Amino acid sequence: MNNKILFLEKRGAAPAYLSFLIALLSVVFALLFGAVFLILTGHNPVDVYSLMFGGAFGSAYGLSETATKAIPLMLAGLGGSIAFKMLLWNIGAEGQLYMGAFAASYVALFHPELPIYIMLPAMFLAAVVAGGVWALVSAVPRAYLGVNETITSLLLNYVAILWVDYLVYGPWKDPKGFNFPLTAPFVEAAQLPYIGSTRIHYGLVIGLVGAVLLYFVLNRSRWGYEIRVIGESQKAAQYGGMNIRRNILLVMFLSGAFAGIAGVSEVAGITHRLQHGLSPGYGYTAIIIAWLGKLHPAAVVIVSFLFGGLLVGGYTIQTAGLPAATVSMLQGAVLFFLLGGELLNRYRIRLGFRKGGN
Amino acid sequence: MDGNMLIGILAAAVTAGTPLLYAALGEIITERAGILNLGVEGMMLTGAVTGFIVAVSTGNPWFGALAAILAGGAVSLIHAILSVTFQANQVVSGLALTIFGTGLSGYLGKSYIGIPAPQTFSKFPLPVLADIPLIGPVLFNQDALVYFSYLLVPVIWFYIYKTKHGLNLRAIGENPGAADAVGINVFVLRYIYVVIGGMLAGLAGAYLSLAYAPAWLENMTAGRGWIAVALVIFATWNPLKAVGGAYLFGGVDALGYRMQAMGLDVSSFFLKMLPYIFTIIVLIFATTQTNKKHIGAPGALSLSYDREER
Repeated sequence: MNNKILFLEKRGAAPAYLSFLIALLSVVFALLFGAVFLILTGHNPVDVYSLMFGGAFGSAYGLSETATKAIPLMLAGLGGSIAFKMLLWNIGAEGQLYMGAFAASYVALFHPELPIYIMLPAMFLAAVVAGGVWALVSAVPRAYLGVNETITSLLLNYVAILWVDYLVYGPWKDPKGFNFPLTAPFVEAAQLPYIGSTRIHYGLVIGLVGAVLLYFVLNRSRWGYEIRVIGESQKAAQYGGMNIRRNILLVMFLSGAFAGIAGVSEVAGITHRLQHGLSPGYGYTAIIIAWLGKLHPAAVVIVSFLFGGLLVGGYTIQTAGLPAATVSMLQGAVLFFLLGGELLNRYRIRLGFRKGGN
Repeated sequence: MDGNMLIGILAAAVTAGTPLLYAALGEIITERAGILNLGVEGMMLTGAVTGFIVAVSTGNPWFGALAAILAGGAVSLIHAILSVTFQANQVVSGLALTIFGTGLSGYLGKSYIGIPAPQTFSKFPLPVLADIPLIGPVLFNQDALVYFSYLLVPVIWFYIYKTKHGLNLRAIGENPGAADAVGINVFVLRYIYVVIGGMLAGLAGAYLSLAYAPAWLENMTAGRGWIAVALVIFATWNPLKAVGGAYLFGGVDALGYRMQAMGLDVSSFFLKMLPYIFTIIVLIFATTQTNKKHIGAPGALSLSYDREER
């Protein structure tokens, strides 16, 4: 029987505009879903969303806050992208961020005599190493024994956060800090300067440079080619003589290093000290950003600003009595709709006659 | 260490292990069907907050537990739709569920932070059994949900290994194409088992907020959902082995608190790290063991089933 029906048909490569459209629609649908939820819990979604939007993008202050929040998101998101490209599930960016912040703070607090041109590079180097090594803690068992890196990298987040808490509640606590869980402030040489007359620190430039470098590594280098092939098919990669084990270690190190840089840019650019609760979950949001940006560095940068705005908007609605958790709920919903929408990347909806029986 | 203290620690290990056990049992069922659900943490949080809210408003912890089961099942349905029907990447979908569940629970529970649960699941000795030396006070002076888990484990084990439905369950996880060919409805069954897994994760959450530490706190699961996922690998997807694993992990959890209470001169932050570090070490050990013995994950775990590619 041939009936005229709507049906799904497999397609080859989806056009680029479609990916963009799906990403955009998933945000729209998540906001609609959120609106229904807000109505059900007795809030006016128009008020809430305009409050959020105004807080994030409606003023010079809001915009600079949004850009500031976009920095760690962008860095951790880029780090996530390279790992996900190889289907390595490094979801430990949060912990790698904390370890980067920890290592950089060590340099700043214990070597305050360093001049600025040595101090800042040393802090960034320390953060790169610390974030990278922290990622290797799950990469090494993965590469040599096949241990699931998703679980280990996630569990290491808790360990890293507890480690920083131990320091700021204990040995590194500022004696003049009125018993708050934070270290003494960094010397001026350990503080990232602001860009021009804005309140945005130079971490933004580092993030953008990182995105450009990552683009060239992924798309223009032999190594990037290997990463993409391994991500597409491990078997093909092995057949092609690629060293998968070495790539797992390298990619995870680089991924962790990016998150580590996110950590140093927070302590050197924003807080100017190590403190409890340094990150409101940047490392987790970065996972969504990487996926929404289709693991493409330029798209990750753009999406970071959007999600930076979402975070800032989240703070704004807290003044209206809504919990900060509203934002992570919306983030999860964005990812749901995105995953659902990706079906359209693989299939097209057709109206017509379907060949064959049943 | 005297006998009473040992009994105390072992009993605490069972209590602390019970939420892990429920969550791991759920994940075993889900993974046996070929679906990886990394949203356990989010489903547990959803269950914990729903259970707590309903228990507070009805005054009955049983209604709370029931609501938690339904809530866990409801959010897991999202993962089922995305992974079974939409053939989405299961790792990402599970992560999305964890992020979503964390946000949802924080949103719903905001006005419940700090209020004590009016009625909770409290411990009561089972007649006769509680008088058995050592075993009695450890296993049979617990709360109703712990006793229920004693019943549930053999039932699930029997179901998976000894019934026709269990055979089908294993078939759709090992080789969905072949299962489909002999007329098993892969899609419907996968939906069902994902939702059952979510229900058990919801109950695990309710155990935390209504029995283990009766209150609602944001992120109160503190990574237990992830430990449960690791536990599934440790247990080689076998519900019986999950019991030992859960109590072992529960023991490490409980031991940290005990050592603190004993005034041990170790920072509480390091004691809190113990369960996570222990899980990582055990996971590495368990993976090498399963690799050696060639008993691994269900064959089609985390792979979408597409009829046209059969």
